[in-house]
This record gives sequence, structure tokens and C-alpha cells, in this order.
Amino acid sequence: MTHDHDHEHGSELSEMQLRVRALETVLAEKGYIDQAALDAIVEAYETKVGPHTGARVVAKAWSDPAFRQALLADASKAVASFGLLNRVGDHLIAVENTPKRHNMIVCTLCSCYPWEVLGLPPVWYKSAPYRSRAVSDPRSVLADFGVKLPAGTDIRVWDSTAETRFIVLPMRPAGAEGWSEERLASLVTRDSMIGTGLPKNPKEVA
Amino acid sequence: MDGIHDMGGMHGFGRVEPEQDEPVFHAPWEGRTLALNRAMGYTGVWTIDQTRAGIERLPPDVYLSSSYYKKWEMRLENMIVDLGLAGRDELDAGHALRPGKALKRKLTAADVPNTLSRGSFSRPAPGPARFKAGDKVRTKNIHPATHTRLPRYARGKSGVIEAVRGCHVYPDTVAIGRGENPQWLYTVVFESRELWGDAADPLLKISIEAFEPYLERA
Repeated sequence: MTHDHDHEHGSELSEMQLRVRALETVLAEKGYIDQAALDAIVEAYETKVGPHTGARVVAKAWSDPAFRQALLADASKAVASFGLLNRVGDHLIAVENTPKRHNMIVCTLCSCYPWEVLGLPPVWYKSAPYRSRAVSDPRSVLADFGVKLPAGTDIRVWDSTAETRFIVLPMRPAGAEGWSEERLASLVTRDSMIGTGLPKNPKEVA
Repeated sequence: MDGIHDMGGMHGFGRVEPEQDEPVFHAPWEGRTLALNRAMGYTGVWTIDQTRAGIERLPPDVYLSSSYYKKWEMRLENMIVDLGLAGRDELDAGHALRPGKALKRKLTAADVPNTLSRGSFSRPAPGPARFKAGDKVRTKNIHPATHTRLPRYARGKSGVIEAVRGCHVYPDTVAIGRGENPQWLYTVVFESRELWGDAADPLLKISIEAFEPYLERA
């Protein structure tokens, strides 16, 4: 079993389109929902909420030692003080990669993910292969992403089994000395903040 | 519930396959399904743990063979019908056949920006925390048929409290309508060998977020 999304199957897709339309119509006619609110939610996730926010947070932590400390002490508070979001939910926790330790985030039970700073989770994050293996064999999961850590690197996997949410603070790559926060943010990939990737090499984006 | 959703440590699902340039939604109905879930959640008819339990109750073969948002859509239909908010006949007809119930509130477009962040699950503590960082604990060997957030792979295992995360809504009771019943929440760390045996990666540690009722002193 690999990907579990069904966009290849045209018949199921059109069936789903009809089913969701029927559901939406009934709930609107019942007076439970306002369809303009649905439009606004979809638009927000398609255009506003995403990993660019997390990337700015990481870039600031790389540039500003006081912010890094505040982020590691209380990520909800630190991100709120940054002013990128009009509100930040509670229970956000930043975990820091070091030369000795690599962190990886998973939700084995469902799909818990730090939406506010990373947007909606990718399909693979919610898939059975990732959820089953991340806790037992994370090095082989990293291999699926083409990532090989230096020998002797400890791995810590955080299973998001409650309402706490985790974001990885990756290590700042060498070769970006003197870069602005904006430029540093361009090195920070979504996967590097989940722990299934590493930041880009500055030479790739220079 | 010892369901198919509890996947940690299972074998046979194959490689993780990242998708290049993955779109936010793979079809318009996926976005509508997410938004419908969000808007119905806002009305106060259910809690997040009840919706998780709603996914877990899908039959295992349906769970494994349905895409993520298809599961959300089926869960939404089931919960709406179970709570009497609409009838199966109305969903089949694609139109309301009877007036709706009065709900607490309705999400408007103007409210949406303020609902994109999560609420707080912290609650005042009914008593002091039983454990502190550094304490050795053992997870209980429990198998409730209802919703729980203690994964199977971490039951009956010895670990160490790494952090106390405050007092939170307790999923196991709120999911079955028995109230928020706030409980202390801890990050508990396990050595890989404790969970996966002698062949496990010795450089690996795994943590879960565990509510106090899941734990006993080791």
C-alpha cells in the first residue's frame, strides 16, 4: 500500500464532489453553516497558512539568540510575540536539532501537526507508511526522503498523542553567514521543520 | 480503542512516498470537506476528541482504503446523522427535508481569521501533579474499547518523565461525553529497546504525550 489519496480515480472523485456538495447544501439549508465562511476557510489554507510562517520563525531563531531561547522555552508565546499570526494557539513546542541529536515529529494515531506554523500536513505525513515506521525505524524513513544522518547521530521521535504540537528547529547550515532573516528563511524547508529533511544548502539558493 | 488507526510500529505499509510540489488540496471537495468540518465544529455540537473517535469507528477496511479527506467526509456524515442534525434521507436527497435544529453559534466569514488558531486545552488543575521531570514511570496496560490516546506500542512500558505539560482536557472521557475531566499531561521518553526489543536502533528514543491516568510509578 502506498499513497492513499484517490485523485487518480476519476469516478470516485466525481462521486465525492457530488456527495460533498449534497452535504454542504443540506447543512446550509438547515442553517448550520454559512457558505461564505467555507470559502474563507479554503482561501486561508490555500493562500495564507503555510510553512512560510514556520520558516520565518526558524530564520529568526537562527539570527537572534534571545528569540531562539524564548522559542525553546515557550514556542506559542515566542511565535505570538513575533507578530506573524494574529493569534497563536497554545501548546506549541519547538525542539532543537544539534550535531548530536536529530528530532522527528509524527502522529501515529491520527494526523496531529502544527497547522498554524506549517499549514496543512502533506499526504505522506498522514499515511500509514509514515505513521507506522516513524516510531520504530526512523532512519529507514529518512532514507525514503533521501536523508542520511552522520553515523552516531541520536534520533528522538516525538509522537503527538495529545494537544501539544511540535516544530523542529533545524541546525543553521554553514555558508549563510551574514544573511538576512528573509534570505535565511528561503533555506528552511517544510520537511526540515518536521524532521524528515534538512535545510537547503546555501549554495542552492544563493 | 484497539483500532486500525493505531499504527505505530506496524509492518507492511511500504515506503513513504513524498509528492513533489504537493497542492494544498488535491480536489475542490477536499477543501470543502475541511471547511465543513471546521464550520460544524464551531457550532459546538462536538469536540475534537469526538471527531477523532468518529474516524476511529470507521470499519478497518474503509479506513485503509479511503483517502484522508474521504474519511473526514464519511465521519462528518455519520456524526451529523447520529446527532440527529440531518437525516440520511436528506443527505441522499441533497436537500433539507425538515427544518434544522437550533445550534449555539454559526461561523461567519468575518470570524474565520480568528478561528484559524487552535483553542487552549489547558484547564485548572484539580490537584497537584503526581510526577515530575526525571521520575521513572510505567504506562498501564489498558485496552479501552472507546477513545484513548495511549498508543498500543507504548502500553505496559517503562519510561522517564521528561516534562510536565500542564493540566489538559482528558480525551478518554470527553470523547464519550463524560466531561473534560482535566488531567496532568507529561512527555514520557522510552528507550527504543523497551518498545521494540534488542534489535532496535540503540541511538533512538521515542516520546509520547501521556495523561496521568495512563501512568503508574515504576
